Amino acid sequence: MTTAVPLVEHFALGLDAPICLTWELTYACNLACAHCLSSSGRRDPRELSTDECKAVIDELQRMQVFYVNIGGGEPTVRSDFWELLDYATSHDVGVKFSTNGIKVDAEAARRIAANSYVDIQISLDGATADVNDAVRGVGSYDTAVRALGHLHDAGVRPKLSVVCTRQNLGQLDEFKALADRYGAQLRLTRLRPSGRGADVWDELHPTADQQRELYDWLVANGEDVLTGDSFFHLAAYGESLPGLNLCGAGRVVCLIDPVGDVYACPFAIADQFHAGNVRSEGGFAKVWRESPLFLELREPQSGGACASCDAYDACRGGCMAAKFFTGLPLDGPDPECVKGFGELALSKVEPGTAPRTTVDHSHKGGVRGGPVLVPLSLRRPDKPCDESPVSREVFA
Amino acid sequence: MPDSVLHRPLELSPDVSVRPEPFGALLYSFGTRRLSFLKDRRLLDVVQALATSDTAQQACASAGVAPESLPAFDAALSRLLRTGLLVERAA
Repeated sequence: MTTAVPLVEHFALGLDAPICLTWELTYACNLACAHCLSSSGRRDPRELSTDECKAVIDELQRMQVFYVNIGGGEPTVRSDFWELLDYATSHDVGVKFSTNGIKVDAEAARRIAANSYVDIQISLDGATADVNDAVRGVGSYDTAVRALGHLHDAGVRPKLSVVCTRQNLGQLDEFKALADRYGAQLRLTRLRPSGRGADVWDELHPTADQQRELYDWLVANGEDVLTGDSFFHLAAYGESLPGLNLCGAGRVVCLIDPVGDVYACPFAIADQFHAGNVRSEGGFAKVWRESPLFLELREPQSGGACASCDAYDACRGGCMAAKFFTGLPLDGPDPECVKGFGELALSKVEPGTAPRTTVDHSHKGGVRGGPVLVPLSLRRPDKPCDESPVSREVFA
Repeated sequence: MPDSVLHRPLELSPDVSVRPEPFGALLYSFGTRRLSFLKDRRLLDVVQALATSDTAQQACASAGVAPESLPAFDAALSRLLRTGLLVERAA
């Protein structure tokens, strides 16, 4: 009766409350990562207040949401960050938060160590400073490693969270060694063409060969390495990776953004995936249970163009956000479909026609030491349309 | 059955949060950070009855488990005990 077998069918049709959700607390960030999924940088003046955040936590407690993945922006730059963290965990809502490490000093590390309901993820997108800083900005490698040191000293077992790119996938063993050195658990996630990620996706997303190597590496390393269910599109290679292996958007997960807007998933900050706002009457619970968008996502999916593919039961067509922001139809293959159908579909997309999010809080004019991608381009585009026509302007 | 847990006083681990769902329940362990599932509403009833029962068998009885179903529930409770979602209550 108890089972480790995922109840995918139940989950695909949605739950009364999310299992967990992502909550971006602020769009403010000290960095300007080239691939930021939420186009963060500047604080939004409409940001939820401390009291409004606490009211959301109260609601999550009532709904028995087990934990929240807090991110941003850089969540720790909110002056009430630690207060909200304590408020959540004392109201039965566990917290996993992602940070670039800027505020993680010895005292913060001790504070995290003292709260057993808190997990911390340090973001690092290169196992060496050159690879990391090219996308996350000068000095960001040192900041992250310093934070890992403080956490290690305080006895915390942090997660080292890596967005897999063409430039860092050759460093998997180095990432593992770095994580081991600081007693951290490695977490690998998938690059999405979301937010500013759309500008650099052509240049950063893994090649087909790299995807295969990543899959083999994940299978070999098993549950030691976390993936946040990120790579379910790779299940089409054969064996499923640990996790639920489904798109949970609006079904078992969702996103609350800094101004209280609710989206189907953290990678889908766009009007088309906007379900409502926690400030509206009925709050988050009503959005989760009644928004037409979420109800539609919970309908059985047909599989569309993928229905006849023998891998459809494994990958279920892949990631909705990845398709949307590359201009592919939502009922067709993922742009990184392991069978190659995505590449074929992408070749038919008119360059520059993929939808773009209108939610952009990027620093105007960038930040000092901000990322410079040009030197990292390891190969020439196969054809001109492989490179986004706007990718350069972002770093000007 | 030597491995039976029916005679033992069990309870939910204090680390575990239980959320009833139409198909059974979700269990989240704040200790291991793992999500588990109960695929049967009656098993949820049994788990919830443990706290006020002297033994697991008594919890099964109060949840209306028929005697012929006891071995299946015994096995399920054993698995929950083994994975740390249930613990033995101090006498």
